[in-house]
Amino acid sequence: MIAEVGHFALVLALALAALQSIAPLVGARRNDAALMGTADFTAPAQAAFVALSFVSLALCYLNSDFSVVSVYENSHSQMPIIYKITSVWGNHEGSMLLWVLILSIFGALVSLFASNLPQTLKATVLSVQAWVAAAFYLFILVTSNPFARLAQAPFEGRDLNPVLQDLGLAIHPPMLYLGYVGFSISFSFAVAALIEGRINAAWARFVRPWTLLAWMCLTLGIAMGSYWAYYELGWGGWWFWDPVENASLMPWLVGTALLHSAVVMEKREALKVWTILLAILTFSLSLVGTFLVRSGVLTSVHSFASDPTRGVFILTILIIFIGGALALFAWRAPLLRQGGLFAPVSREGALVLNNLFIVTACATIFVGTLYPLALEAVTGEKISVGAPFFNLTFGPLFIPLLLVVPFGPLLAWKRADIAGVTQRLFGAFIVALLGVGATLALQGQPVLPALGIGLALFVMAGAVTDIIERTSLMRAPLATVFQRAKGLPRSNWGTALAHFGLGVSLLGIIGETQWSGERIVTLKPTEKVSMRSYDFVFDGASSRTGPNYRETVAKFTVRHNRETIGTLEPSKRTFPSRGTSTTEAALMTRGLSQLYISLGEQNADGGLAVRIYHKPMVLLIWLGAVVMFIGGALSLSDRRLRVGAPRPAKARAAMQPAE
Amino acid sequence: MTRKQRRLVMISAAGGVLVVAAVLVLTALRDSIVFFNSPSDVAEKHVAPGTRIRLGGLVAPGSVVRGDNLDVKFSVTDGKDTIPVAYRGILPDLFREGQGVIAEGALDGAGLFKADSVLAKHDEKYMPKEVADALKKQGHWKEESGKSSGNPAPATPAGPKS
Repeated sequence: MIAEVGHFALVLALALAALQSIAPLVGARRNDAALMGTADFTAPAQAAFVALSFVSLALCYLNSDFSVVSVYENSHSQMPIIYKITSVWGNHEGSMLLWVLILSIFGALVSLFASNLPQTLKATVLSVQAWVAAAFYLFILVTSNPFARLAQAPFEGRDLNPVLQDLGLAIHPPMLYLGYVGFSISFSFAVAALIEGRINAAWARFVRPWTLLAWMCLTLGIAMGSYWAYYELGWGGWWFWDPVENASLMPWLVGTALLHSAVVMEKREALKVWTILLAILTFSLSLVGTFLVRSGVLTSVHSFASDPTRGVFILTILIIFIGGALALFAWRAPLLRQGGLFAPVSREGALVLNNLFIVTACATIFVGTLYPLALEAVTGEKISVGAPFFNLTFGPLFIPLLLVVPFGPLLAWKRADIAGVTQRLFGAFIVALLGVGATLALQGQPVLPALGIGLALFVMAGAVTDIIERTSLMRAPLATVFQRAKGLPRSNWGTALAHFGLGVSLLGIIGETQWSGERIVTLKPTEKVSMRSYDFVFDGASSRTGPNYRETVAKFTVRHNRETIGTLEPSKRTFPSRGTSTTEAALMTRGLSQLYISLGEQNADGGLAVRIYHKPMVLLIWLGAVVMFIGGALSLSDRRLRVGAPRPAKARAAMQPAE
Repeated sequence: MTRKQRRLVMISAAGGVLVVAAVLVLTALRDSIVFFNSPSDVAEKHVAPGTRIRLGGLVAPGSVVRGDNLDVKFSVTDGKDTIPVAYRGILPDLFREGQGVIAEGALDGAGLFKADSVLAKHDEKYMPKEVADALKKQGHWKEESGKSSGNPAPATPAGPKS
């Protein structure tokens, strides 16, 4: 009964979305307030029905109602409650339901909180949002109904994929989807602007908070996914340039570009056409990501099932929305009037450069990710494009971008003095050079990682310099500095923090890739293996039984310079219901570094294969992402963004440091 | 600076970056892509020793021999041809005889495939798409075994990080 309620609620949501795709749009064209107002009812109602549908499915899982196919295939009565809930989206059908749930919630939020939007723009935005929603409701109902029943209910479910039985599943997919789907708002705004043929600085101010929110969630979602893969897959890597990872990185990159170009548009009314294009591309890449992950063209952790009709359906949605939006763009964009002029050396110029590098870097990832698929479709030849390709293309394009990052926020709008800015970054250069020197002294050759450390420190010190300059620290008396720091808009703090986080992540990436230690050995009980200043003593293995698995746990005593600092207990779990096993790595955090042990198979002679890593600075990779997230959150809390009220240009000029 | 000059500067900067990107992509594509082959592809195409390829097929039943020091030998078959593989390291959780596997590495002069990474991905009903396609080509594909129901197990790569 509950499942039928959920199914029916979804059908109702589809009906509401169909209404919302037309009525407000027609209202906006005829200037009919009543018709436009329908969206204010349908958008929250849609969200309510999808939420009802989602809750129904969750109840089916909680009650272990195995007459529902999706529950039978992905749940087990013995599973802990938390996994029963997370397994709702640990499968294709449920995860698509989560996708539309977030989509409909975003639509409802726009209708509820964007009361200061011009009425016609708001109506058009909500209509466009409903097109996307309707397409995906239809997709779920036609090809992936999560509420399908089995004629005869089995006694026990087939269990959730063991790899997914982890807390990561509770955070990673929802965060990622908040990001992916959040960009649909920017998309709807862009398409609405094209339909209206009108766009101004206020538009950018409306779009920016939504884009920022989506970007923040995507940042955290990607970082969380990376950390999850790191500790769950058991071989110590945190990024594999896997097509699915690329699918999430691409919208993140273009979304980052969009955030920056929207600033230019808001402050200077320039780059309008470009900003619109980026807004369309960002969501298009989110759709491409959904297609890659959900259609079964790729084989990965994320592709749950490969039913060809689904692939074709998503591909159709993809073509209609991306093709349609781009065609609309080609037709209407020339109508948009050009905005303010600026010299190449200026804040705008720096942001253009930022966009150029980010979008190009994203394009190389796009080629690397889709080329194998295209080649296979055309010639039948199967190839794989791996990490070497991306390191060779993405790296060289991202390094110049990082070099420019500290300059950007210090440059003045319109026309800037590059020599003056370089002078102000003097301190940052010194920090970077000290970093290079210290790294070389400690680690010796090769030079490249040391330069990388220098670059990371330069980005971080540059962000600090930005704040120092804005508060006149070192020049003005402390009281003035405090006044200025208090008066500094939160978005300035946000920018500095996000850039700082970028440097932090880079530091971690260099540390992990350059100075990781790895040993793979076979050990018998009481045997010892040493790596760097650490000793690992294998105390023995024992068996344990968990709620729905059995595990073999190996106990290691870890010593650092002969002193015992703790034990590590990696294990291997076997899940009888699926006949599969997983490796549970054991981690020990030492400052910002980690020790990592994962188990291999047991040899006939009783030796146990183990893989031991020492990963210096590895935590910085994810901490940097968290710092970026906090920066975004600070920026989002800036009153100017929330209120969206026009702000006198003078206040900004006063904020600029005296030349 | 006039609008025209500004546009010129922007377009040339964009053009420059794009050219650099295109050159990077083309060189990287030439040097770093790896072709997927089934054992019979290897036989037909006479893949040269030393060329990096991905070899996919089923782990031949009874072929897995574990040696000292994490050395492992097994054979990959697609029903028509069989190629012996040598690997040192920890095999993924899902590696099993009779199941699908992808090994990446190169052939040596004697026809032994030296793998530096091994990927296995299946549960009892599932295998990598590449392997399934290759097996279909050889006519060793049972439709019911290929139909995946529920979650396929994930790819668990093993071997040195690439």
